[in-house]
Amino acid sequence: MSESDTADDSLQPNVRQTPAGKATGERTDTLLQTEDLVKQFGGFTATDSVDFGVDEGELRCLIGPNGAGKSTLLNLIVGTLQPTSGRIYYDGQDLTGLEPNERVQRGISMKFQVPSVYGELSVRENARLPIQQFADGEERRRRVDAAIADAGLSGYEEVQASALSHGQQQQLEIGMAASLEPDLLLLDEPVAGLSVDERDEIAARIRRLNREEGIAFVVIEHDTDFVAEIADKVTVLHQGEVFREGSIEAIEADPEVRRIYLGGEQ
Amino acid sequence: MVNGLNLAFQFLDSFAFVVLAAAGLAIIFGIMGVINLAHGEFILVGAYATTVSATSLGLPLPLAMAAGVLVTALFGVVVERVIISGFVPNWIGQRTVGRDLVEPLYDRLADSMVATFGLSLIMVQGARIRFGNSIDQIATPFGNVAYGEFSYSTYRLVLAGVSVALLVVVYYVFTRTDFGTRVRATMADEQTARALGVDTDRTYMLTFGIGSGLAGLTGALFAPVLSMQPTLGSQFLVEAFVAVVVGGPSVVLGTALSGGVLGAVNATVTNLTDSTTFGRIALLLTAILALRFLPDGITGFVERVRTRREEGE
Repeated sequence: MSESDTADDSLQPNVRQTPAGKATGERTDTLLQTEDLVKQFGGFTATDSVDFGVDEGELRCLIGPNGAGKSTLLNLIVGTLQPTSGRIYYDGQDLTGLEPNERVQRGISMKFQVPSVYGELSVRENARLPIQQFADGEERRRRVDAAIADAGLSGYEEVQASALSHGQQQQLEIGMAASLEPDLLLLDEPVAGLSVDERDEIAARIRRLNREEGIAFVVIEHDTDFVAEIADKVTVLHQGEVFREGSIEAIEADPEVRRIYLGGEQ
Repeated sequence: MVNGLNLAFQFLDSFAFVVLAAAGLAIIFGIMGVINLAHGEFILVGAYATTVSATSLGLPLPLAMAAGVLVTALFGVVVERVIISGFVPNWIGQRTVGRDLVEPLYDRLADSMVATFGLSLIMVQGARIRFGNSIDQIATPFGNVAYGEFSYSTYRLVLAGVSVALLVVVYYVFTRTDFGTRVRATMADEQTARALGVDTDRTYMLTFGIGSGLAGLTGALFAPVLSMQPTLGSQFLVEAFVAVVVGGPSVVLGTALSGGVLGAVNATVTNLTDSTTFGRIALLLTAILALRFLPDGITGFVERVRTRREEGE
């Protein structure tokens, strides 16, 4: 575990605490909690005894250098990787060992780092894929149309997804993950490679889903402006461990975080 | 005129044979990345189950064929759970030594070939031990159609019709149904499909079951026209593999196009030389040429042309 001395009370070196809540200070219900989560690939430890918690309705950003274990942590939470040791609790239940589709049923969904819309399928078929798992008939049609409209893709229903721009594919993918009506949505670099306008659109969409639908987010992103725009709270991962947690202002001001990650950007 | 009709009948016959031989194999290979060298023996299961249902149990032929399809599909599901996905050995492993014992064979071409080749040997010998070197055959239904001095088995025409209907049904299932969308998503990116709530494990199991059922259907349909011996499956294997190689990555379109091309090659060469042996040689030459000039098969070529045209627009 990383240890660091700091005088700033808003930073907690790898100590799990209930987040104070950015605006109201009322959030206290833990939605997700990992316990001593370890993932090793051969001799390489990608996550090392990670205790990571997210509260209901929280908007958390996860930052850190390449190889810090961010994507591994999200994959462990959604279940596409299984931990070497440790447990994952969600809404009070132990999820460890469950398949991703079983975790989706409990309320977790994820958009992966690599754009993963299905290029050979149409926009409508892509949007239908998650919804068809739990809705039929008119209800399904309504929700598919709503998901497409929400992604700003009305009029593109029959277009092959491979013909969409990168930004439209990202929007569609977020829409597909959100259409599962999750309580926790994991986004791995949702604005990588996007223009400023597209980035702003996705930031606004994440905030809206968070505020209006109460979805908690864990978002991996390197763009600190984007992180500052959306995050209630930021967790810094470094060498597979939780290095710092706190507000974006406190994280950006932390000299150790600047040394290992933010560098000369500040 | 008579020669033209002969050619047309031979084309239909070859087309039906290629499509029916290849459909199950193409689905399992195209979607799961599993080369099922026991495909011919799955056809054997369908043929034997149909024949035994008709002769020993006295079922009418259509019901006996349905039984053949069902038995083969269920057999395929058992093979998938035990050998291909490793679900059963891993279930046992988790409850005894606390860990998985085997990795699934999905997208492991060489490993799946070795495993299913072993299975095919076991099945052939198993059939020989259980049923002997041959079993009684069902009579070919429907009689013949005559034209000029020639006559042709009506049942063979029925098989041609069934092969076209099969392609239509498979196309519909894989492009127009929820299951088809799940299958295509699983095929393109399994990880994302699972995170979107798709039970990919179940999808694979059902896909293997459908592919096996189609092999069973082939066995059931050809049961009245083949001699029933444990090695009957090997008659289908060459055409099936050649069709998959020539067809390329698109399962339904590839099978249809390769059925057409190979059917035409086989019928023409057989008709010109009056020898089925030369027809088969021509099939293999076509496969070699296809591998040399169209390594991604006909549908891979079609896809490349389409992409180039789109880029040019």
